Amino acid sequence: MANENRMNGSGQFATFYVGDLFFGVDVLNVQEVLCFQQMTRVPQAPGVIEGLINLRGQIVTAIDMRGRLRLPARAAETKPMNMVVRTVDGAVSLLVDEIGDVLDVDQAAYDRPPENLAPTARDLICGVYKLKSRLLLILDAERTADLAVGIAA
Amino acid sequence: MQKQDQDVIREFLVESHENLSRLDQDLVELEKHPKNAELLASIFRTIHTIKGTCGFLGFTTLEAITHQAETLLSQMRDGQRELTPSLTTLILATVDATRTVLAAIEATGEEGSETFAGLTERLRVASSKTHEEIPVEFRQEEEATKVSAAADANIRVGVGLLDKLMDLVGELVLTRNQILQFNTEREDPALNATAQRMNLITTELQEGVMKTRMQPIGMIWSKLPRVVRDISVGLGKQIRLEMDGTETELDRTIIEAIKDPLIHLVRNACDHGVETPETRTRAGKAATGTVTLRAYHEGGQVNIEICDDGAGFDLARLRQIAVEKRLLRPEQAEKLSDRETMNLIFLPGFSTAKVVTNISGRGVGMDVVKSHIEKIGGIVDLASRPGEGCSVKLRIPLTLAIIPGLVVASGNRGPEPGVGERFVIPQVSLVELIRLEGPSGRAQIESIHGTPVYRRRGSLLPITYLNDVLDLGNSNDNNVINIVVLQAEDRQFGLVVDSISDTQEIVVKPLGKQLKGLNIYSGATIMGDGCVALILDVLGIGQRSGVLSESREQARGALEQKIQAGIEQQRLLLFRAGSFERLAVPLSLVARLEEFPLSMIERAGGSMVVQYRDRILPLLTLSSLLDAGVANGSQTADPAQVIVFNDGNHGLGVVVDQIIDVAEEAVTVRQKTDRKGLLGSAVVGANIADFLDLNFVIRAAAGDWFEESGGQAARKNVLVADSSAFSRGLIRSGLDMAGYRVTEAANLDEAIRGLEGQPVDVVVASMDLPPSGSASLVAALRARTSWERIPVLALAETLRQIEERGAEAAMFQDWQVKSDHKAMLESVARLAAALAVEEKSYAGAGS
Repeated sequence: MANENRMNGSGQFATFYVGDLFFGVDVLNVQEVLCFQQMTRVPQAPGVIEGLINLRGQIVTAIDMRGRLRLPARAAETKPMNMVVRTVDGAVSLLVDEIGDVLDVDQAAYDRPPENLAPTARDLICGVYKLKSRLLLILDAERTADLAVGIAA
Repeated sequence: MQKQDQDVIREFLVESHENLSRLDQDLVELEKHPKNAELLASIFRTIHTIKGTCGFLGFTTLEAITHQAETLLSQMRDGQRELTPSLTTLILATVDATRTVLAAIEATGEEGSETFAGLTERLRVASSKTHEEIPVEFRQEEEATKVSAAADANIRVGVGLLDKLMDLVGELVLTRNQILQFNTEREDPALNATAQRMNLITTELQEGVMKTRMQPIGMIWSKLPRVVRDISVGLGKQIRLEMDGTETELDRTIIEAIKDPLIHLVRNACDHGVETPETRTRAGKAATGTVTLRAYHEGGQVNIEICDDGAGFDLARLRQIAVEKRLLRPEQAEKLSDRETMNLIFLPGFSTAKVVTNISGRGVGMDVVKSHIEKIGGIVDLASRPGEGCSVKLRIPLTLAIIPGLVVASGNRGPEPGVGERFVIPQVSLVELIRLEGPSGRAQIESIHGTPVYRRRGSLLPITYLNDVLDLGNSNDNNVINIVVLQAEDRQFGLVVDSISDTQEIVVKPLGKQLKGLNIYSGATIMGDGCVALILDVLGIGQRSGVLSESREQARGALEQKIQAGIEQQRLLLFRAGSFERLAVPLSLVARLEEFPLSMIERAGGSMVVQYRDRILPLLTLSSLLDAGVANGSQTADPAQVIVFNDGNHGLGVVVDQIIDVAEEAVTVRQKTDRKGLLGSAVVGANIADFLDLNFVIRAAAGDWFEESGGQAARKNVLVADSSAFSRGLIRSGLDMAGYRVTEAANLDEAIRGLEGQPVDVVVASMDLPPSGSASLVAALRARTSWERIPVLALAETLRQIEERGAEAAMFQDWQVKSDHKAMLESVARLAAALAVEEKSYAGAGS
C-alpha cells in the first residue's frame, strides 16, 4: 500500500505537537525548524493559510495545522512554531504548537491509522507508531500541503 | 525589411565563422584518420549549410565555391574517392576563400570583386576526375589569418548562466532595497553616498542582465511566412500572413517555450481555419484568407494572438466528433455550452480535420500546445465567431522578472493595529493616480444604483474599493480618497486604496501552489524591510470586484458571493418533478447527477433499480412520491434524470423530471410548510423554490437505510438545537442520511428536555439558539457531570459571525458554517468518534 511505502524513510522523525496530538515527520523531509516568524496575511486565501514568510529570500506559505486538522484555534497570545518541510512544490511551513525531539522509532511499532479516524485527519495521517508513553502520528507532509486533500467536496 | 536582412546576414556571419574554425580542425583531423565517416559527414554538413544560406542570401560567388567543394566532399563521403593531401589542401583553400568573401561581406555587405574562378575551376576538375592527382598551386591568402571582428564581438553564453545571473540580480535588487531603507533611517552621509552609488550600479546591472535575455518575438515569427506559404500551396488555399508587434521582446526562455506551439497554431489556422478560395467566394469573402499574428504587452503579461478570418469553429461538428470518438455520450455533448464545446479541441486525440494531412489532423496538437503554454504558466484562450473566423490568444505571464511596482496600503489589519496591509500593483497596469480630498472630494464619487463611479474627464470610471474586494477592514482616515486608475484588457477602472507610498523595483516571486487558485494575486515580493508583500493581479481584482465581468448580473452575483462567506457550500440544486416546478436540495448532499437510459432500469423486489458502479442503486420516482394519489400523467423522460444521494455505504437514486440549474444565490426568505415531503419554501435568486425533505424521501424509499447504515454512526444520537424549523430540517436531512438518530429542539428548554430524555452523543447547536445563544446551552451541559463530556458543534450563519464571536467559539468542541453540510457531517462524525475513544480510555483507566 502507498501508505506503507511512505514508511520507508530514515526511521527518524522530527516530532511536534498540535493540540493534544503528537505528530512526526520524516527528518529527511524537514528543511528547518524556526520560532515564530512575522507573516504577511493573504486576504481571501483559504482559512488554513496563515500567511507568507520570508525565509532568506524564499517566500514560504505557512499552513496552520490546527485549522488543517480542524482543531479549535490556539489562544491568541500563544505564538506557533514553524516546521518547514520540503514538498515536491517547494518548501511549506507548518504552524504547530510546540516542537518535540527527533525520535528513532522501531519499525515494528508501526500500525495503520484506524479506519474510524475522522476523514480530515485520515487524509493527512499515514501511520501510527505505538510508542511506550503515547502514540506518534506520522503526518503526510505532501498531502498536508495539498489543500485539495480533505477540503474539496 | 532592410534591418531584418542585416540581422540575418550578421547571424550568418557569426555562425559561418564559428563553423569555419571547426572546419580547419576537422580537416586536419581527417588527414590523420581519412576513413572517419563521422568527421566527413560533419565537414560536408558545414559546407552544405554555408552553401544553402549563400543561395538564400544571393551571394553567388561563395555559393559557386562551396557548391563545388560540396560535390567533392560528397564523393568522399560516399566512398568514391579517398582523401589525399592535395585534396585536403584544396578544401582548405576553399575554407580560406570562404573566409575572404565573408570578410568582404562583413566590411561592405557585398561579396567583393574577386570571383575565385581559378579555385572553383580546380574544384570542378578535381571532382570530375575521380582518380587522378590534381596539381594544386598553393596560395596563401592574407585575409585568411585575419580573424573576423563579427565573430570577436559575440560569444555564446549558456542560458543556464544567464538564468543564474538573473536570479542573483533579483536577490541583489532586494538587498539594495533593504539597504536603501536602512539609509533613510540612518542619515549617515558616507552610507548615503555609497547607497546611492550602489543603487545606480544595481539598476544598470539589472537592465543589462535583463537585456541579455530578451529577444524580439520576430525571431521565431520569421520562420512562419515560409510555413504559411508551403501550407497554402499544399492545400490550394490563398493565405496572407500579417504580423503585428514583431519587436515585442520576450524573455529568452519564454521565446524558446512558445516556438513550437506557435508554429502549430499557425498551421492549424491555415489548415482548419481559412477555407478554400471557392468556399470563401461563395460565402462572399475575399478569396485570399488572412492569418494575423499579434503580440503585445498587457498587464505584466505578454499576449500573443493568432487570428484567422475563416469559418470559425463548427460547434455542432465538434460535438459530433466528441461523440464519435466516444469522448462524450450524446446527451452529455448536447449540454455543453459553446465555450465548453470549443475547449473540446484541447482533449488528447481530438481532431476535426476530415482528412488526415501531413500538416495537421493527426490528433496530436492542441493538447500539446495547451500543456506547453501552461507549463510556463500561460493560458490559452479561444474565441470564435461563426463565419468570421476564430482566434487563439496566448497569455504568457512574466514568471521571473524584476518589474516596477506601485506600493499601496489599505485596510486596518496590517502587522500593527490600525495600519493597512501593503500590496504592490505592477506599474504596467497603472494609468494614473487621482487624489480626492475632504468632503467635496468624497462627493465626487457618485453612485449609480449602488455602483460607485467617478467622472474622469467627461467619462465614467467604475470604482471599486480594495478594502471591499479583499475584505481588509476599513481605515480610520476617510478624509482622502486615493484612486489608482488601472488598465486591464481593454477597460479601465479605479481602485480606491487608503494610501500610496512609492514605486519600487520588485522581484516577482511565485506563490506556492496552495494559493494558485487565487487569481487576485500574481505573485509576491520581499520589501525593503524584509516583509513579504503580495502583488495584485489587476485583471483578477477587476473580475473579482465585478468591474470587469461580462454583465452587471454577474458582477452583483460575485459581490454577493464575497459577502456570503462559505457560499461554495450554499449552492442549491434546482430541479422539477411532478407538479413542483422548482424543488431544491443543498448541492453538498448530492453525490452525483446521472442519466440512465430507461432500458437500463430494471425491477427487482418490487422496486426500480439500476446497476451503477458495480452496485445496485435503488431508484425512486419523486413525482409519484410527492404527488401521491394524483394520477401520474407525466411520462418519465428517457434518459431518466437521477439525483444520486450517497452516504458511503448506501446509495439512493431519486428520479426527477428535469434538472434545472445549480443556484448560487443566497437564500433570502424562508417559510415552513406542513406539506409532506417538503421542508418549506424559500426565495432562491428571484423565484420561489420548495426544499425537498430528504428525511421523508429516504424513509419512503428504503426502510432499511437506518438499520443497515454503517456500524458506529448508526447508534449515535444527535441533538439538533436551532430555532428555525427550516434549518433543523436541512441539518436533519444530512444527519439522517449519515445514519444518526436525530432529536430536534427549538430552544434551550427543549434542548435540555431532549438531553434528559435520552443519552446524547453529540449536540449540534445554532449560535443564535434562543433565548441567549448556544453558550448558555454549553454552560448547562458543563454543569452536570453526566453531560460534561458531550461535545458541542456550534453552527454559525456566516464565517463573519464566528470571527465576531471568537471568544465564545472557543467554548465549543468545533464550529462550522451552517450552510456547509459536508463539513458539518464530518465534524459530527469526528466528535462522536472522539467521545467514544475518550470513554474507552476512561473505562480503561478505571479498571
